[in-house]
Amino acid sequence: MHNILVHDEHGHDSDGADVFGFWLYIMTDCVLFGTLFVAFLSLTYPLMAGPSLKDYIDLSQVLAETFFLLTSNLTFFIAILYLNKNKIFSAQLWLAITFLLGVGFVYLEIHEFVHMAHEGFRWNVSGHISAFFTLVGTHGLHVSFGLLWILTMIIQLPFIKTSQIRTRRMTYLGLFWNFLDIVWIFLFTIVYLTGAI
Amino acid sequence: MLQELLLGKLTWADIPFENPFAMGAGVFMAIALVAILLLITFMRKWSYIWHEWVSSVDHKKIGIMYLILSMVMLLRGFLDALLMRGQQAISAGHAVGYLNPSHFAQIFSAHGVIMIFFVAMPFMFALINLAVPLQIGARDVAFPYLNSVSFWLTFVGAMLCNISLVVGDFAQTGWLAYPPLSELYYSPDSGVDYYIWSLQIAGAGTLLAGINFVVTIIKMRCKGMTLMKMPIFTWSALCSMILVALAFPVLTVTLGLLALDRYMDMHFFSDFSGGNVMLYVNLIWAWGHPEVYILILPAFGVFSEVVATFSQKRLFGYTSMVWALVVITFLAFIVWLHHFFTMGAGGDVNAFFGIMTMIISIPTGVKVFNWLFTMYKGRIILTTPMLWVTAFFTTFAIGGMTGVMMSVPPIDFQVHNSLFLIAHFHNVIIGGVLFGYFAGIIYWFPKVFGFHLDEKWGKRSFYCWVCGFYLAFMPLYIVGLNGFMRRTDHYDNVLYQPYLIAAAAGACLISIGILFQIIQLIVSIRKRKQFRDHTGDFWNARTLEWTVSSPAPIYNFAFLPTVSTIDQFWYDKERQIGEERIHPQDIHYQPIHMPKNTPLGFIIAIFSGVFGFALIWHMWLLVCIGLIGMIATVIARTFSTDTDYYIDAETVKATEIAHFKEGVHA
Repeated sequence: MHNILVHDEHGHDSDGADVFGFWLYIMTDCVLFGTLFVAFLSLTYPLMAGPSLKDYIDLSQVLAETFFLLTSNLTFFIAILYLNKNKIFSAQLWLAITFLLGVGFVYLEIHEFVHMAHEGFRWNVSGHISAFFTLVGTHGLHVSFGLLWILTMIIQLPFIKTSQIRTRRMTYLGLFWNFLDIVWIFLFTIVYLTGAI
Repeated sequence: MLQELLLGKLTWADIPFENPFAMGAGVFMAIALVAILLLITFMRKWSYIWHEWVSSVDHKKIGIMYLILSMVMLLRGFLDALLMRGQQAISAGHAVGYLNPSHFAQIFSAHGVIMIFFVAMPFMFALINLAVPLQIGARDVAFPYLNSVSFWLTFVGAMLCNISLVVGDFAQTGWLAYPPLSELYYSPDSGVDYYIWSLQIAGAGTLLAGINFVVTIIKMRCKGMTLMKMPIFTWSALCSMILVALAFPVLTVTLGLLALDRYMDMHFFSDFSGGNVMLYVNLIWAWGHPEVYILILPAFGVFSEVVATFSQKRLFGYTSMVWALVVITFLAFIVWLHHFFTMGAGGDVNAFFGIMTMIISIPTGVKVFNWLFTMYKGRIILTTPMLWVTAFFTTFAIGGMTGVMMSVPPIDFQVHNSLFLIAHFHNVIIGGVLFGYFAGIIYWFPKVFGFHLDEKWGKRSFYCWVCGFYLAFMPLYIVGLNGFMRRTDHYDNVLYQPYLIAAAAGACLISIGILFQIIQLIVSIRKRKQFRDHTGDFWNARTLEWTVSSPAPIYNFAFLPTVSTIDQFWYDKERQIGEERIHPQDIHYQPIHMPKNTPLGFIIAIFSGVFGFALIWHMWLLVCIGLIGMIATVIARTFSTDTDYYIDAETVKATEIAHFKEGVHA
């Protein structure tokens, strides 16, 4: 056998493979949101059945949501900075702030949904409204899932022994959280800003 | 109130006691299940099954489990096919056959769903799991635990689909559940919900497996194996898995929206209130067309390996093979509309999709000619895998040509939804995918189990399968051209009947082929000592998986290999490199780092099954339990640090010495 003299390093380039795998997951999530955008756009047209989004949007509230979400991204990366300096408690603190900002976002979104539904803009009225609630709601669900993850991370951080695993997990979470911001920017422009015209 | 919370819509009336087929099948399944459980208990194998299989994260064992799942489901799907062929052979004129329309509709829906999702997909993942890590010189996949999760999710999806046989009913909508028929107002019972949730769960498993294998192939190849030195099967798996990662999210969304229509009274696909039925049809085929390439590409990969091995020649035109795969992967995403030219998108749109469809036949033709040129002047050995390949050439060529016929919109308008279409896609799926996978599993069987399959019974089964296939499907082209539509449970014009009787006879011939395959398996197991593969290179093959013992040791490679050319193993054999092997006694082995087994994948999947079943029957309490169980298990896993271990050097040495001795004595 030609290969037996080659000395072997244990395992593979695990970190690189793992983060690459998470990027691929993010990509599949992109396809998922892309499909939802397609559904929303194809069910949104002049003279469609039911009320249109325009009369129900409160842009100032959407702006507040945007601030909450984007600021939470900033605080998340401050947490990562602290983690890189091995200051676990400060990292946890900034993660907690990120969590609160995220909760603020989800609260505002639920508040917006309830308000809209109360005004008659309900998901079972027309295809357009169904698509609106599903698209924005799927993003909200992702954010809620991210919140659960942040909470787990806050609890978990002191227990993770090696800084390598810590960094890797924070990288995953960071990618996920950042990705949700990007999706929100698309939602903000395509659904809310265009919808308000 | 409590009952509604616990049992949802489920009542005794949902068990189809009056239906002899469903009850018979249900009783049979129950007896088989109890018999298996008793056998395991009697042989005291529970601990073995749990620790060595259910908890296993070894890609070789997961591959075998995928294989068993797909074989069992093949029998179920094939029984459905026999029932349909029998019904259509009988129910002409005044005769009504033995299936009522709603039962017939459930059977054709279940047949399609089972054959694609629970036969072809698991079969494909079986081959990829069994071969790819070994072919690229890796010790496991990138995410072994995720691999286990993927398998068990697929398994649970298949079981949910089977439960529908005895609890409630299955969808009566066809395998793609087009709305508005699949909407709540036309399909108020649980059938479509079974369809949605079994596919969502299995689809999630498939998506995760897709990501897993893309990472495995991109990141875990051995030293020196650049992309253009990968075995073609690995290339085809890579292309197929990229398609999975891009297409399956679309399926998830599409079925999710259908579920929202049914559960939340939304209007995505209603034919009123601003819904759009054709949105569903577009979305489902935006997944569905890539799906057929997901299935066929690995079969192409198998053909490439088998043809090169049994022609004892280097594969002709490796580079053009790779580019053909890549081009097909790309084109797979821009032809979906040819499944519904009749939508009426207009001449320009139909022309675009028609031409794109025709273009696909160019890279496919490149591949076929490359295989033929590989055989040209080769020293061909006609083993059973090679027989399947030769049958594939003609069968797939016919199927391909009828496909090109239907890519012409005016012709498609005539034969749309007729048995002509049915004959076409069975022609390519059986003649391409299934024949390919059969070739693949016979080819890799010695590597997986350590002994080869009986050739004599293999050839008998091959002839029955191929003749049966032609007898079953060629008549369908004729009746299809004469206007016989798909999914017909009864017809008045008795002139069709002789053709459908011939088709039924073909199906019977195929069942004899399947019987012979079962005999082949039993005979081979009984003669396993005689059929033992001592050297690990049973076929005198070309790629890295044949450099290790059969079956491969748990760590695959004692030392990760290094390659410098395509088919390095063959290259070395040709030049007698490493002919005089160093005795393992004289080699200094090192401990090997491996992932530990864990039952958590199985547990997550069981919770997902509870979640799905409860959603089908609106048992909201159970829905919460399933959902929380899944999330909690995932989180619990992140707290566990005890996830890997080392195989010590002595164990590796002992294993390698045993293999060495066996090879010398052979």
